[in-house]
Order: sequence, then C-alpha cells, then structure tokens
Amino acid sequence: MRHIIAVLLENESGALARVVGLFAQRGYNIDSLTVAATEDPTMSRLTLVTRGDDQVIEQITKQLHKLIEVVKLTDLSESAHIERELMMVKVKASGAQREEVKRNADIFRGQIIDVSPTTYTIQVVGTSEKLEAFIEAMEGTQILETVRSGVSGISRGEKALSL
Amino acid sequence: MSQQHQPELLSGGAMLIRALRDEGVEFVYGYPGGAVLHIYDALFQQTEVKHVLVRHEQAATHMADAYARASGKAGVVLVTSGPGATNAVTGIATAYMDSIPMVVICGQVMSHLIGDDAFQETDMLGISRPIVKHNMSVRNPADIPYMVKKAFYIAQSGRPGPVVLDIPKDMTMPNQKFPYEYPKDIKLRSYNPNAKGHPGQIKKALQTLLAAKKPVLYSGGGVILGQASAELTELAQQLNLPVTNTLMGLGAYPATDPQFIGMLGMHGTYEANQAMHNADVIFAVGARFDDRVTNATKKFCPNATIIHIDIDPASISKTIMAHIPIVGLVKPVLQEMLHQLKKHGNTLDQAALGQWWHQIKQWREVHGGRFEHRTDLLKPQAVIEAVWRHTKGDAYVTSDVGQHQMFAAQYYKFDKPNRWINSGGLGTMGFGLPAAMGVKLHYPDAEVVCVTGEGSIQMNIQELSTCKQYGLGVKIINLNNGYLGMVKQWQDMNYDSRYSSSYMDSLPDFVKLAEAYGHVGIRVTSPEELEPALERAFALKDKLVFLDIHVDPKEHVYPMQVPGGAMNDMFLSKTERT
Repeated sequence: MRHIIAVLLENESGALARVVGLFAQRGYNIDSLTVAATEDPTMSRLTLVTRGDDQVIEQITKQLHKLIEVVKLTDLSESAHIERELMMVKVKASGAQREEVKRNADIFRGQIIDVSPTTYTIQVVGTSEKLEAFIEAMEGTQILETVRSGVSGISRGEKALSL
Repeated sequence: MSQQHQPELLSGGAMLIRALRDEGVEFVYGYPGGAVLHIYDALFQQTEVKHVLVRHEQAATHMADAYARASGKAGVVLVTSGPGATNAVTGIATAYMDSIPMVVICGQVMSHLIGDDAFQETDMLGISRPIVKHNMSVRNPADIPYMVKKAFYIAQSGRPGPVVLDIPKDMTMPNQKFPYEYPKDIKLRSYNPNAKGHPGQIKKALQTLLAAKKPVLYSGGGVILGQASAELTELAQQLNLPVTNTLMGLGAYPATDPQFIGMLGMHGTYEANQAMHNADVIFAVGARFDDRVTNATKKFCPNATIIHIDIDPASISKTIMAHIPIVGLVKPVLQEMLHQLKKHGNTLDQAALGQWWHQIKQWREVHGGRFEHRTDLLKPQAVIEAVWRHTKGDAYVTSDVGQHQMFAAQYYKFDKPNRWINSGGLGTMGFGLPAAMGVKLHYPDAEVVCVTGEGSIQMNIQELSTCKQYGLGVKIINLNNGYLGMVKQWQDMNYDSRYSSSYMDSLPDFVKLAEAYGHVGIRVTSPEELEPALERAFALKDKLVFLDIHVDPKEHVYPMQVPGGAMNDMFLSKTERT
C-alpha cells in the first residue's frame, strides 16, 4: 500500500510543478515529498511517498515516466532499501519536565539542538514510524511545533538510481 | 554549409521563423498581438513560412491540429500572450486528448515583468501544463533554434502531442542578434520514445492470436498516427480477422471491405459490440480502451484474452488489464508480426473461424446500420450517405461534436486513413470548420467536407471570414435540427424529454449569413431537394458552399450502449433493446 518512489529529474524550473501537478490532476495521494539537487547539479532527486493498490502504483510510475524531465525512477519499496526522515520538535520544557524530555530524546537517539529557559528543540532522525513513535512518547509534554523533512530513500547494496 | 561559413546573425524573432522554415513548416496559423509583434515583423520580412490569420485563436489551433491529422506532421500555431494564449487552450486540449502533434508558440510579457501581473500576462506554462505533452519557456534568445527543434521532436515522436513554447517579448528583440544554426538532430537523456516492441511478447501475441477461435482486431487512432494502416490491413486480411475501429481509428481499415464490422463502442454497430463481448481474443492495436468504447469496465468482454500494442505504457492496463502487453510503435510491431507469421504460417482453426464469421454475419443482420427512409422528412443518416456517394467516399471529412458526428462516423465509409478528422477525446464543439480549413489549405485539390450542426457551427462561425480571405472552398453540411441533438437525445432517454436549454432558438438565416461572408448558401428542407443541392455544391469547385440542411429533429443515434452495461447491452431503436 505505502510506496516510496525515487525519481531522478532534470534540474529545470517547472519540473517539480509537473510532478506535483500530475498527482493533483490524476487524484493520486502524496504522503510526503522531498527534493533537492544531486551531486550532479543538472539533476534533482525526488523521494515521494504515496499510497495505492498495485494498479494505481503502476499508473503512477508510468505517468511519472511520461514526463519529459523524468530521467529515471524506481519504486524503492519493491526491494531492500533504507528510508530516513528528519524531524525537529519544539517542546515546552521547564522544571522537572526538562529531565523527562531529555530522557525521552535519548531513548530515541534524538539530539537537543536548541535550548531556551522554557523550551527544548529536539532533532530525531529515522523512519517515519520512528518519528511517529517519538511524538507518541512525548504525550505528556506540550509540543509547540513540529517540522518534518519528508522521507528520503535509497536502495541497499550496489543497486543505485543513477545515470 | 554553415560549418564552413560563419553562421548568420539573426534576431530571436528571425531565428524562430528561420527554424520553422528549416523544420519544413509551410503554414503558421495565428493572430498577432503585443507580445509577438517582433515575431510578426520577422514573418513579414520573408516569404517561405506563410501566415494564416484566423478570426479567433481557437480556430488557429484546430487548423494546425487538422493539418497534423491529415498529414502526420506537426501543425504550428502562433498567438500572443494573455488572451491570445488562453483562447488557444481548448485547441491544445483537443490535440492532447487525441495525441496530435502540434507546436504552439505563445508570446509572453517581457521576462522582467513576469510575475508582476503585467498587461496581457498569463502563466501559460501553468495553464497548459495538464494539457500538453511538454511545455517550455525561452530564457535566452540564443536557445531558440534548439528549443524549436526540441519542441518538434517531442511533439512528433513516441505518442505525439502538443508542445507549448512560451516566448517572452524581449527574447525576440530585432536589435539583438545571435549566430543561427538549426540543430540536425536532438537527443534527450530523459526521453527516448521509439520502441520496437519486445520480440518475445510479439511471438506470444501471435501464438495467442493463432490459437483463437473468436478473434477480433480492435484498432484505434494509434494506427493512423503511426501510419500503420497498410500493415494492419495486411495482417487482418492474411488471417481473415473481423476488424472494428474506434472513432479515432476509422479509415485505418477500409470500411467497404467485408471484414470490417464497423465502429465499436457507445454508438458502435451491433455486430462490432457483440463480437467484442463474445470474443476469446481481442487484439487491440493503438487503441486505449476509452470509456466510450468499453462501457462498464467490470462487464467488459468477460471471456477475452487481451493483446494490447501501444507506444504509451501508461495506456496499457489503465482501464482494462492486458494479458499480453506490447510497448512499441504499432508499425514496427505489426511488421515483426507479419514477419513471424510468414515463418510460422497461418495455423488458425479455420472451421472455428468460419463459425465465428457465420455468427458475426447473423449479428450484422440484426441492425445493419438501418434507419427509417422517409419521403416527407430528411433523415440525417440519408444525408451522410448521399454525401458519401457524391464525394465517391474519397473526401476529407471533418466534424464537430454530437449526433451529426456519430452519423458521419457511422454512415460515411472511410476507406483510407487520415480522412476522418474529428475531436474524439475532448469532444470539442467548434472543431469542424477550422479543421476543414486546415486540411483544405494543404490539400487544395481535395474535397473537404465539414459535417456539423447548427449548434457546433456557431462556435467558430467567424472563420467563414478566414475562408474568404484564403479562398478555402470547403463544403459545409449543416445538419440543422434546431436542437443540440445529442443533448436532446439524452434528455429524451433519461429526463422525460425535458429539453433544458437544448433548443436552439433564434437561429440565423445560414444562407444569408454565408452570403454575407461572400460564400454560397443553399437551404435544403425536403428530401427531393437534397440531390440537386449536393450536385450544385460539389460542382462549385473553388467555392465555399454552406448547405443548411433541415433534418428530422426527432432522430436519435442508434445503436447506443446502455449506460453501465456490457459492450453488448444496446438500445437498437427508440423501442428495441438487446
């Protein structure tokens, strides 16, 4: 159901709009989307998390392929892969709470990256599931703000999405 | 030559026109305006690329589109920014839905004004994005030759489609000149469309086809676009396959040949829809299982193994799962199939095939394209049959959208590809007249007929003026029933004949209107007037003749598939249902 599609596309203006537009026009879901230039500045890499049955996913990959600027793409979830997402969470932390928040962050291998007398900002990296688990673990704490990068994905082993 | 010589220095506007010339473009259809004035000035200063001034930009797109449909080469449109570009949108979408190669050049405000809501600024890249194969904006005038080449390459290769090239006014300044060289060819790392089809899949397809007992060849617009009509016909005839065409595919197989079982789908023949529903193997060639063909997909052809050839993988298994998909251009795939067939021989079970044909002939007798012949009332079907006779079945026929379109598709027997020119996918009213003009301009000696209705014709009637200016002697067959016929038919069938806004009140006197534009108008109100009127019209070789033919307003198009049913659930007349 959940698929992570990695796309190499020409680093041209309008290319991203075409990808996003395709999802909107054809009624496909986007759970998350992240994009940036690669080591080759003429190319961008986009990781897209979407949901759908096999037929929908097949159409998504075929329709993406049709976009002139799409160079290559792969459905990472079809084979062994690694996914990571970065989240920053700003929480209320004063008094005894400060220790509790710190402990939770440690358990999730989070880092406190900003401190004020009343707040902590914690950075957590992992799969989307892990980030959600962290939010759940922070239940007793007042969350002021969260920001997530969206999923980035890469295949395991020698398999690579490149030219 | 240009390798030895210093390349010529040209302005952006002049480079654009020169590039069109080097691409072999003879006509550009368009309308000038502020953002394209430099380009129009460059056009003025040469004679090789000719400009056709339409009266509305939509017509320019349909002219270019129809030229492409008739010739196989991309048509070219030139419009200004803002309203010029937005007026072209319907025509771009029309071409997109039917995979027609077209290059649309849109002016744009000066690049430093983009995003400022400048006068006549519209984000044409954004507007056109969902209805183009690709679009691009010129950022540097020196890139113009390359971008023109790229636009034509993308528009004409693979599954064709329209490409929009957006050109800010400052890219075409007459005083800024650049070395001009037109690229010979082009390669894109992200786009490599020409597939020959997997030989293993082709073999499997042929084996499946040869094992069939009830095969049907179902072919679509891809065969016309892919210029594979000869290969399709040869394969069908070698194997004695029943052939049905989609609306877009008419003419790919000769309609007067006994193996042709007619168009399929919503208004397909009884025998074509029955044959599809009962087939054991459906051999789909360049067709996309559109909803106007399949009816309810869940009930579609329950016993058929489906072989599907298409250049666009996204068309395969989109609505109907293909058992044997072949991604490739239809022409080389069919050639390979013919080649393999020659090696292996025709092993079809002839007894089974004979039985299948016997069954199809029985179906053919059920409806057989019948309609009521009357002496007091003109039937639209009879008009189309008469037009077919008068043009010896050899005209280019364009149409608008509605009942007249279906009658033309059903009763004009197209024996050649590229002759039937209609908006199948988008269903654009207003398409017919400009389409006929686009064809006539390029094929001045050919008979070009626009079959239309009093509703559709008024959507681009202003082009009668363009016809006068360029001497385009098309013949307009206006099937005038005073109603938006197809809307009325649905209202008859589903809304207890409540004709909500489908009656065309206050119609103009079309004869006088045609005359006002400098053409010939003929009114036909009874069956006995039809023959002499057609005779006179087609004898006036170089004249545009507007035949305003008053037909039975109560007529419906049949057969008609029952909505939500299987292929073979059909209404056969107002009182008969399968």
